[in-house]
Amino acid sequence: MKNLTWKLVVIVAILLVFLFGIFGVPKSWTGSGLLAAITDRIHLGLDLRGGTHLILQVQVNDAVNVDSDNAIARLKEDLRTHKINYTEITKPDPVNHPEMVVVKGITPDQSGEFKSIIADRLPEYDPTSGAENSWSVAMKPTSLKELKDRAVTQAIETIRNRIDQLGVSEPVIQEHGLGQYQILVQLPGVDDPARVKEIMQSTAMLEIKQSLGGPYGSQEQALQDHGGVLPPDSVLMQGKSIGSRSTDTGEQWYLISRASAVTGRDLRTAEPSTDENGQAAVRFILTGEGGNKFYSFTSAHVGDNLAVVLDNKVQEVAVIKEPIRETGIINGRFTEQETQDLSMTLRSGALPAGIKYLEERTVGPSLGADSIRSGVQAAVYGMLAVLIFMLIYYRWAGVNADIALILNLVILLGFMGYFGAVLTLPGIAGVILTVGMGVDSNVLIFERIREELRNGKTPPSAVEQGFSHAWITIVDTHVTTIVSAAILFLFGTGPVKGFATTLVFGLLANLFTAVFVSRMIFDWVLSRKQRGEALSI
Amino acid sequence: MEFFKNTNIDFLGKKWYFLVFSLIFSVAGVLSIAFWHGIPLGVDFRGGTLVYVKYAHAPDPAAIHAEIDRAGLKNARVQTYGPAANNEVLIALDIQETSEQALDKGKLQIIQALESTATPGKQDLNNSSSLSIQSDLLEKDPLHLGSGADANPRYTAVAQAIVDYRDKTKGGVLGSLDELKGTADPAVVASLQDNFFVSDFGIRNVEIVGPQVGQQLRKQAILATLYSLAGMLIYLALRFEWIYGVAAVLTVFHDTLITVGAFSLLNWEISLTVIAAILTLIGYSNNDTIVVFDRIRENIKLLRRDRLADIVNKSINQTLSRTILTAGLTFLTVLALFLFGGEVLRGFSLALVIGILIGTYSSIAIAAPILVAYQEWRGERGKTPIAMPLRTGNGPTQPKEKVKA
Repeated sequence: MKNLTWKLVVIVAILLVFLFGIFGVPKSWTGSGLLAAITDRIHLGLDLRGGTHLILQVQVNDAVNVDSDNAIARLKEDLRTHKINYTEITKPDPVNHPEMVVVKGITPDQSGEFKSIIADRLPEYDPTSGAENSWSVAMKPTSLKELKDRAVTQAIETIRNRIDQLGVSEPVIQEHGLGQYQILVQLPGVDDPARVKEIMQSTAMLEIKQSLGGPYGSQEQALQDHGGVLPPDSVLMQGKSIGSRSTDTGEQWYLISRASAVTGRDLRTAEPSTDENGQAAVRFILTGEGGNKFYSFTSAHVGDNLAVVLDNKVQEVAVIKEPIRETGIINGRFTEQETQDLSMTLRSGALPAGIKYLEERTVGPSLGADSIRSGVQAAVYGMLAVLIFMLIYYRWAGVNADIALILNLVILLGFMGYFGAVLTLPGIAGVILTVGMGVDSNVLIFERIREELRNGKTPPSAVEQGFSHAWITIVDTHVTTIVSAAILFLFGTGPVKGFATTLVFGLLANLFTAVFVSRMIFDWVLSRKQRGEALSI
Repeated sequence: MEFFKNTNIDFLGKKWYFLVFSLIFSVAGVLSIAFWHGIPLGVDFRGGTLVYVKYAHAPDPAAIHAEIDRAGLKNARVQTYGPAANNEVLIALDIQETSEQALDKGKLQIIQALESTATPGKQDLNNSSSLSIQSDLLEKDPLHLGSGADANPRYTAVAQAIVDYRDKTKGGVLGSLDELKGTADPAVVASLQDNFFVSDFGIRNVEIVGPQVGQQLRKQAILATLYSLAGMLIYLALRFEWIYGVAAVLTVFHDTLITVGAFSLLNWEISLTVIAAILTLIGYSNNDTIVVFDRIRENIKLLRRDRLADIVNKSINQTLSRTILTAGLTFLTVLALFLFGGEVLRGFSLALVIGILIGTYSSIAIAAPILVAYQEWRGERGKTPIAMPLRTGNGPTQPKEKVKA
């Protein structure tokens, strides 16, 4: 009896702990107060509360291209200072192998020095010599991987900044998939994702550069103007304002220097403003260091043209009238909404690489509400069917099983509350399945007890035998289902993950309720019976 | 109450019937996969665009199809979805209309095509988010709150109330703006009338899967299934003898094949959740098999002189009551899911309904006979017939008497 009291205390304690897991301390004890307490602790998945689920591909090769472009610029500089001659430095395949740089025309007597410059100045790169005095300089695999991973981490940070400023509550932004450089974004309550998507996707790469010529009507015309060859370290860029009030017709091309005076990284802040004509524009302020850079650049180029380049499109070109230190204006025929969005993306920083949307799922709130209704309905009917059947089939032992099952559910939901697990529609199905599968343990034990009773055992020894024989089988059956569910958890996302979670928690809880709790109830019943009295099973 | 008392059915004697039964279903499924419907992949795996639209009235799929055609979307599929009373249609576009450059182009074109009654310059309230309603209200300020600090939260609440009324009370579609009069201030409704109209539909749900994701998910689903099977094989081989693992995995493979075959025969789409159901079945179907195996193992120790076939028969009979009961109870819950769980879970619960029936049958009719067949095959080759009594700590395995099959 003393043993029983001790076990009862354990069970009640566990019951309380998990009830707290489900409800916490509710603010009020009315039905709606309790419901609010539950949804406060057990979060509903997007499929139940409505929202948008997006999978983004980070085009990490963009980041690699930026890095290898910088490497080429540094290398040219260093080769010049060390007086090493070369014929050309190229990237043979910037789309598939942006990490690969080929240097041609290094004479054999200078190759030793060339190698040591690479080792010294570009430690992330490895030179290998090829045919005809050419060298392939490729980024080391570990550095390449690191660079790509960093691009994804940075993209996640930037996107999180932007979404936070939009005021979406409880967004999920995390890496998705195994090494595919993808990002999963979940936006609860957002059922019209168009604007959010645009804001997330805009690279918002701001560069201020010198404009060397233009506008030209076409690329060919620009080339013709320079005798078919572009001046060194310059590129042709399309002039196109991003603002939707733009009335630009026809193409415009500018010749822009490769080097930037300042970039988005030198920004302290950006805000919507108006230009001298009262048009909506974005005003930016540079950091102290950025301001100094800009000042020395503009001092040296008074009278030259300056181009504001956003995402590789020339937004505007203006003459430098006097040295500028820290503030400037981007004018692109924007609407007010656009200036707000652009300032926000500029403040949140540029994306290190472009992103592409791979998957978009939107669940409207009306569907979510319907899903909750039908899920709960199915759960209640399924559970009632099982509970009633157990009562009829096993009589008092059925009461025992039903208590164990209800406790099983309490522990399952409590687990979810503690772990902050997400309840999805398949998750509700997992709860229902837990009931169906959990009762399996009780049936196994009860059938075994009946069998032992038939073989002439006394009730206490039949109960003893039933539990001990069934235990090993129960462990085996649980392990196999948990293995499947664990694999599901690793591979699945969103709703499916929610299903795996409830199933695993439910089955773990079942090990405790079906064996420990149910056994205790049997022992308690037996302790109140006379010797030889029959067991209701 | 007891359904099965001291049953003594010769299950192994009926193994040829079982074999024929299983073959009919497997072959029918395989034939359907090979020559008829193939494996009908859901949008998760094949990629494409699905838009679920709820109408205020009974929809006319043919008319909708015509509207979509006019918008230049080729190969669209329009079908009613769920119970007729829901007034829902599903519009599906091929992967061709779902490029990764503009993932939601198809969706936007569908919405545009359906908004044939659109008033130029006005927004569709049935397909507006609370954010755009709120920003419109802020601009028009029908409640004359000025630019005070409480204007923003007030209009946010008003917009949310309107959206909630539309989505929770009216199931996602308003019939007219006048329906809002009970929910929002008349001044608000009047102001909304200037900038909004109501179309006769609302978008319930959108799924757009690009080609890359589809391919990735296909690979993952196959891998997950294989890992799951391998996991079972290893666990059972460790817990029992390897032949038990092989028997169980063959059985589960049989169950999976028949379930997928059934989806092919019925031409139901296999979505991610269906794969989740199949993986669950791999675990669940093994439960029954393990219970029988456990009993066989126990009986082999007790009845050392009996033929394996008799021991297996006896074990199946002893556990029959439990097998049928638990399968029946799980079946009850899954049936509740199938009947009441709603349209979203229909495929998932169908897989479970089929799988539980087949899984229970196969643990009796397939798994145990494989053990016996293996044993007989060893016997015929003159080897020690069974390598059964297992690692239970009773010292080395005792060779059994040779058994004539």
